Amino acid sequence: MIRITSLLVLSTLVMVSCTSGGSNNEPTTSANTASNGKPSGDAGARLKVVFIPKDTANPYFKPVGMGIDEAKDSMNFDYKEQGPATADPTSQISVIKDQIQQKVDVIIIAANAPNTLNEVLDDARKQGIIVLTVDADLTGNESHRDAGILPTDFAKVGQSQLEIMAKQMNYEGEFAILSATTSASNQNTWIATIKDGLKDPKYSKMKLVDTVYGNDEPQKSSTEMEGLLSKYPNLKGVLSPTSVGLAAAAQVLQNSGLYPTGTKAKNGGIHLTGLSTPNQLKKYVTKGVIEGFQLWSPKDMGTLAAYLGTSAKRKKIDLKFGTEVDGPKGKLKLDDKGVVYAGDLLTFDKTNIDKFDF
Amino acid sequence: MKRPEWIPAILTILVVLLFAKVSTDFRDIPYLLGNTTIFAETGLLAIGMTLVIISGNIDLSVGSTLILTSCLTAKFMGAGVPNIVAIGFALIVGTLLGAINGLLVAYAKLPSFLVTLGTMAMYRGVAQAMLGASGADVAPGMKGLDRAALLGLPYPLIIFLSCALVVGLLLHRMTLGRWLFGIGTNKDAAHYTGFPVQRATVTTFALTGFLIGIAALMLNSRLGVARYDMEPGIELKAITIVVAGGTAISGGKGSMLGTVLSWLLLYFVRTGMGVTNIKAEYQLTIIGLILILSVFAQQIAANFSSNRLKKQTKLGN
Repeated sequence: MIRITSLLVLSTLVMVSCTSGGSNNEPTTSANTASNGKPSGDAGARLKVVFIPKDTANPYFKPVGMGIDEAKDSMNFDYKEQGPATADPTSQISVIKDQIQQKVDVIIIAANAPNTLNEVLDDARKQGIIVLTVDADLTGNESHRDAGILPTDFAKVGQSQLEIMAKQMNYEGEFAILSATTSASNQNTWIATIKDGLKDPKYSKMKLVDTVYGNDEPQKSSTEMEGLLSKYPNLKGVLSPTSVGLAAAAQVLQNSGLYPTGTKAKNGGIHLTGLSTPNQLKKYVTKGVIEGFQLWSPKDMGTLAAYLGTSAKRKKIDLKFGTEVDGPKGKLKLDDKGVVYAGDLLTFDKTNIDKFDF
Repeated sequence: MKRPEWIPAILTILVVLLFAKVSTDFRDIPYLLGNTTIFAETGLLAIGMTLVIISGNIDLSVGSTLILTSCLTAKFMGAGVPNIVAIGFALIVGTLLGAINGLLVAYAKLPSFLVTLGTMAMYRGVAQAMLGASGADVAPGMKGLDRAALLGLPYPLIIFLSCALVVGLLLHRMTLGRWLFGIGTNKDAAHYTGFPVQRATVTTFALTGFLIGIAALMLNSRLGVARYDMEPGIELKAITIVVAGGTAISGGKGSMLGTVLSWLLLYFVRTGMGVTNIKAEYQLTIIGLILILSVFAQQIAANFSSNRLKKQTKLGN
C-alpha cells in the first residue's frame, strides 16, 4: 500500500517537472500569429483544421474529408480527421476536448445529435476556434456553432429531379414516382414540388400517372416497380428520389429488358432516374439501364467548410447569420440560422460516374 | 507483491511517462485534472460495480439506470425547482431503481445477470418512451458543475474520489464489507454463518443506484441536456475498470483501491491516445489489450504468491 502510494507520488513529480520544463519552449500557436499578422490571409501562418465525422466507419463522410483535404495547400492548413468509434450523441465530446487541447483553429463536425455538444462547442469557441457543422446541423441550437453547411437546398431538389426526368423522356409521355414511405417528409415535399412544377407549359405533354411507395425496403420497392410496369403499358419514365427504391427499380428494369437500349424496349423504352450515391448504381449506368441520376456532392460540403473555416479564422469574412459572405465561387448567403448550401445537385452519367467514389 | 493493485499502479506510471514524453499537450496538469470530468461518471458506476461484483453478482443495468435517472431528473426538475429538491429527487430515483434490481435478485432468487439484463433494456426503454428522440433540457441552475473547481480540482473529480474513499471504508473496514466478501466467496456458507445475505444484496444494489444518482446529476450538469441514447456501453466501461483493477469477476476478491487505480490507468490511456490522435478503432483495441494484460498479470501474480505460500507451509512442517 505504502509502496504504491509512493510510486504514484513519484510519477506525479516526474510529470510536474516535465511540464515546467516543456511549456516554456512551446512554439507560439498559429492562432496568435494569424490574428496579429498581416491581413492578407493564406500566406500567413498555417492553420490546423480537424474534421470530426459521425463515426470512423461511415463511408458517406469519406468524400467530405477528401473535399477538406484537397483544399489544404491552396488554403494553407494542416488537415486531420478524427472521429469516434460509434455514432452516438456523447461519443464526439471527448474527441472535441482532445482537439481543443491541441489548439486546432477550425473544427468541422457532422453532429451525432443536435443538443448534446452545446457545452463543449461553447468551450471551443471561447478559445477562438471556428466551429462549423457539415451535413448534420445543430438544429434548434444553431447559436453554438459559427455556421452550418448543408449539402443542397432541399427545396430545389424536386424541381431538379423533374427536369432530369423530363429531359430523358424528351418532355412527353406518362411517368410514375416510386417513393420511400408515405410519411417521409422530404419525399412528400419533393413530390408536391414535382406536381406543382408540371403546371409549367414546357411539361404540358407529360403526365404523372401514379405515385407508389416502396417503404425504402428493397423487396417492397421491387414489387411496386413490377406493378408499375404491368399496369401502365405506355409508361415512359419512373422517378425514384430514394436510393433504395432506385436500386431496386434498376434491377427490375434490367430484368424486364424494357430500358431504352434493352431487348424488349418499345417506343424508346422506359427511362429511370432519381437520387442515389454513384457507387450503388455504377453497374446499371455502365450497362445503360439508367442514363443518369442525381445527388448532392458531399465533397463540395468539405471544400466549402474548409474555405469558410479558414477565412473566418483569418478574419477575412465574418460568419454573421443573415448576411452575405465571399465564397469560393462568388457570394454566399448565410440564412438567419447561419445555414449555407454547398451547391446544386450533381448529375451522374456514363461520362463522369467513374470519377466519383462514395 | 501479494496485492494485485500493483499492476494497474505500475501500468499507470508507465502510461503517464510514455505520453508525457511524446506529447506536449499531455504534459499539462490543469488539462489532465480538468479532463477527468468526462470520466468521473464512469468512475462512480465502477465504485458501485466493485461492491456488486465482490458479492458475486453483476449489474448490467448501471448505464440504463444512469440514463433513466438523468432523463427523469431533467424532465421533472426543470427551471424553478430548487437545486436541493432536484438533487434529492435524482438520488432517490437512482436508489429506487437500484433497489428494484436488488429485491429481484435477493428475494425472487433470480440470477443478477438476467435481472439486470432485463432492467438494462427496460430502464433505457422507459427513457426513450418518455423523451423520444429529442431529449429534455436541464435546468440552468444545475449546469456547469464540471467547470467549477476547488483548489484546482474539478468538483466531479472530488466527488468521485470522496465516494471511493467512503465506499472503500465501508467495504474494507465495516461489517457490510465483511458480509459482501463472505457472500461472494460462498453464498450458502455465508447464509449459514448468519450473514444477512438478502439484506446485504439489496443494500449493495441500492447503494450502487445511489452512486448512479450522483453520476446522473453530474452527467446532466455537464451536458445541459438529457437524452435516452447518451453513453451507450458505459456499463461495460465500468465493468472493465473493476476487473482490470483486480476484482475477481467470480466474486469474493477485490478492492476499492484497485478500482480507483484502474480508473486512473484507463483515464490516462484514453486521454493520452486522444491528444496524440490515435484512431478510434485502435483506441478500442488498446483498451481491450490492457484489460486482458492486466487480468493475465494478476493471474500469474496470484499463482506465484500462492505457490510461494505453499512452499513456506511445507518448510514450516
